[in-house]
Amino acid sequence: MTNANYILRAEGINKSFGAVTAANDININIQSGEKVSLIGSNGAGKTTFMNMVTGYLKPDTGSIIFENKDITQLNPRQITQKGISRSFQIPQIFEPMTAWENLLVALGTSKKKHSYFKSAKSQENADYIDEILNRFALNEFAHRQVSELPGGVRKLLDIAMALVRKPKILLLDEPTSGVGSEEKYPLMDTIAKALSGENLTVIFVEHDMDIVQNYSDRIIAFYSGSVIADGNSKEVLSDSKVQEYVTGKTKLKAN
Amino acid sequence: MFDEILTIFLDGAIYASWLFIVAVGLTFVFGVLKILNIAHGGIYALGAYSAATIVPIFYTLGLPEEFVIIAMLFSALAVAIVITPIMERGLLRRFYGQDEVLIVLVTYAIYLVLEDVQKLIWGMKSFYVSEPREILGGVEMGSLYYVGYDLALIGLAIFCGLTLWLTLNKTRSGKIVLAVIHNPEISGCMGVNINKVYLAAFFVGAFLAALAGSFTAPLISVQVGISVAVVIESFAVVIIGGLGSIPGAVIGALIIGMARAACVHKFPEAEIFIMYFCMAGMLIFRPKGLFQGAQARKI
Amino acid sequence: MINKFYNNLIVQSIFLMSILIIMGLFIPNWLVFVITKAIAYGLVALGIVTLMRGGLVSFGQGFVFAIGGYTAGLLGTQAGLTDAILLLFISFLFTGFVGLIIGPLLARYRDIFFAMLSLAFSMVLYGVLIKIDAIGGSDGFVLPESTYFGILPSTEYADYMLYLVSIILTGIVSILLRYYYNSTPGLIALAVRENELRVEYLGASAFTVTVLNFTIAAGLGGMGGALNGIALGHIDPEFSYWTTSGEFVFISILAGYLSVPAVFLAALLLELVRSFSGRYFPDTWQLILGVFLILSIIYIPTGIGSFFKKFMDKLNKKKNE
Repeated sequence: MTNANYILRAEGINKSFGAVTAANDININIQSGEKVSLIGSNGAGKTTFMNMVTGYLKPDTGSIIFENKDITQLNPRQITQKGISRSFQIPQIFEPMTAWENLLVALGTSKKKHSYFKSAKSQENADYIDEILNRFALNEFAHRQVSELPGGVRKLLDIAMALVRKPKILLLDEPTSGVGSEEKYPLMDTIAKALSGENLTVIFVEHDMDIVQNYSDRIIAFYSGSVIADGNSKEVLSDSKVQEYVTGKTKLKAN
Repeated sequence: MFDEILTIFLDGAIYASWLFIVAVGLTFVFGVLKILNIAHGGIYALGAYSAATIVPIFYTLGLPEEFVIIAMLFSALAVAIVITPIMERGLLRRFYGQDEVLIVLVTYAIYLVLEDVQKLIWGMKSFYVSEPREILGGVEMGSLYYVGYDLALIGLAIFCGLTLWLTLNKTRSGKIVLAVIHNPEISGCMGVNINKVYLAAFFVGAFLAALAGSFTAPLISVQVGISVAVVIESFAVVIIGGLGSIPGAVIGALIIGMARAACVHKFPEAEIFIMYFCMAGMLIFRPKGLFQGAQARKI
Repeated sequence: MINKFYNNLIVQSIFLMSILIIMGLFIPNWLVFVITKAIAYGLVALGIVTLMRGGLVSFGQGFVFAIGGYTAGLLGTQAGLTDAILLLFISFLFTGFVGLIIGPLLARYRDIFFAMLSLAFSMVLYGVLIKIDAIGGSDGFVLPESTYFGILPSTEYADYMLYLVSIILTGIVSILLRYYYNSTPGLIALAVRENELRVEYLGASAFTVTVLNFTIAAGLGGMGGALNGIALGHIDPEFSYWTTSGEFVFISILAGYLSVPAVFLAALLLELVRSFSGRYFPDTWQLILGVFLILSIIYIPTGIGSFFKKFMDKLNKKKNE
């Protein structure tokens, strides 16, 4: 596969914070439509990587190429406009507004031209918003203030907002974190269903190995700033280094 | 020529000292409580009025002249003791943790109230209490003559600054305050009584404001409106020096003090303009000021 | 349903304006004058409210207030332009233009720093104005009397004519602002207030929103300044002083950002307190203001506009049923 066919490429990415190496010669190629999970213990570098892709951080050396365009030095707003959206570990939503209004903002920000004389709540917007609410099973929460909504719903809304502008790549930052263990699967199911059927490239950071196994085709494991494994779930989860540094299965076996 | 330079330097130093004493309380309160206290100017005025009240009483009692300074000190203390529980505990405490700008608005409201409180208690007349200004005599330097009291302001400024700085950095209580500045939540978890620290810090700031007013009283005509200049000028010092930084307040006061002195002698037109021009310039190029106040480290 | 809202809005606004216009003929001249001044102050406060919707409070709207006032004044004394409507319009446009120029400079700042920088700008202008003797220095100068389409009204009707013009212009401005607030860019502005980070990650620019709001606030402030100058017949550097800016902030906090009419009501409240306490309790008007401000911050944090909004929502709901 030539470089031109990858939707996202990270080439020779290095990043240090003083004495701490957060990224050590990272090279990753991602194809359109892949569902990739990034695993690794805290501080391994997966969040730093995600932050560099979304423009919050700039690598010390190396480049990030999206659809054959170098996006390394762009800021988050520009990267979002190009087609990469993200969700947040702690939902970044507009607290005093309703779920409906939150999505309306997401819709508004996705457009370049606006009419100053048309109400934001006009019918043309309403239809699309209802569709998104449907996809994420959020209809019943549509007109409630989001600060009062349960954690799982807030996470779904956060992700739904990222999806409104129909990005090509969606990055999810620990989509099931902060959610009770019985809720994790239903939540992930809803998310997976909502994201299906769009040939969307999804990259998500996740700690729960069961979720990782069931919802991604490909796993990239990080340790100490480097990629220590990259492949399908069987390959990666049976890799001895991954077991030692990330999943810790060998330790469990010993007991 | 030399005389001119000396004049500018000394005028600048005296003015800078005044600015520092006035502004250091403001920057300290911001550093600890994250409140930019517009009412600081009002407390200054109360300090001036309290001195204007106590000094004549002192003289009628016929006590030894040198102790008038102690009386002025006590009047400032009295103002701080009265105003702190009302302002900090009664009003400002409700707003901790909320929008910084909101708290500033509350202090603005308190400033408005204090302006009229002055009028209601002391009326519209002007008070002249220049006697204390005489007690240190004067100093002659060539063709120049400086009042000892004015020059002593420099000493007072240095004393206040050093005391505050040393207390913060070298004493145990000071280090507790620094901890609270860096991270109030963790400090609270480690057993520090945050509310007590806030109260104490506010008291210190109020006392410094009242002290500035009290010791300025012999130099001016104490009347309605003296707080206005203080609000304006202390803000400029604090922004230039960096909110929350004591060394910053020193430098800020020196910059403005010297610039003002030079202007008054050379370009009197530029007085107010120059101060705010510097403030605007600082905000544009280096919004945190020359020195960053004690701040929590962000990883 | 949306169209009904805008229909209601226009009908209600015209109704309100008509009542005020007719009422103006029967109330005493001093009240006409007070209301006109309230409108002037209200316009500036409306600018701050627009900024508040984007998360910022300006402590220096005296800057644009003075620019608007001096523009109207100088056009009158230097260019012989005395038509009130024209002056208000030109001040609005010119000051808005100034806002567009310096907006990008201030729009990079938030919270306290934005407040302080706006304050610094207004005080720099003040410092400059008091020293320029050609325009009166700290005394300012007198404005020529205003004409309306070439006609100079008699002293009896001069106040009323200005009042009439300001009601109509303000009504139009208010309706336009309501359109803006309810539009998509207006909603994005509210989002910037809540979570600027997310707005950027959604692909919109908080900076652009802020510059837009600042420009609008400048235009409104300039128009208010011109109106105030014409009403007083006098302009001076005090227009740019920090205490004047403080009054605008007071009005916006009291009113909140939920309702446009509430801003003018709050402005009227300020003017009435100023006039009455000036006459009956001269040493307490700042005290009353301060207490008002504290009480409103504590007990009515969303401003008296929240009552307005609830009332109007109920009224419109009933109408549409």
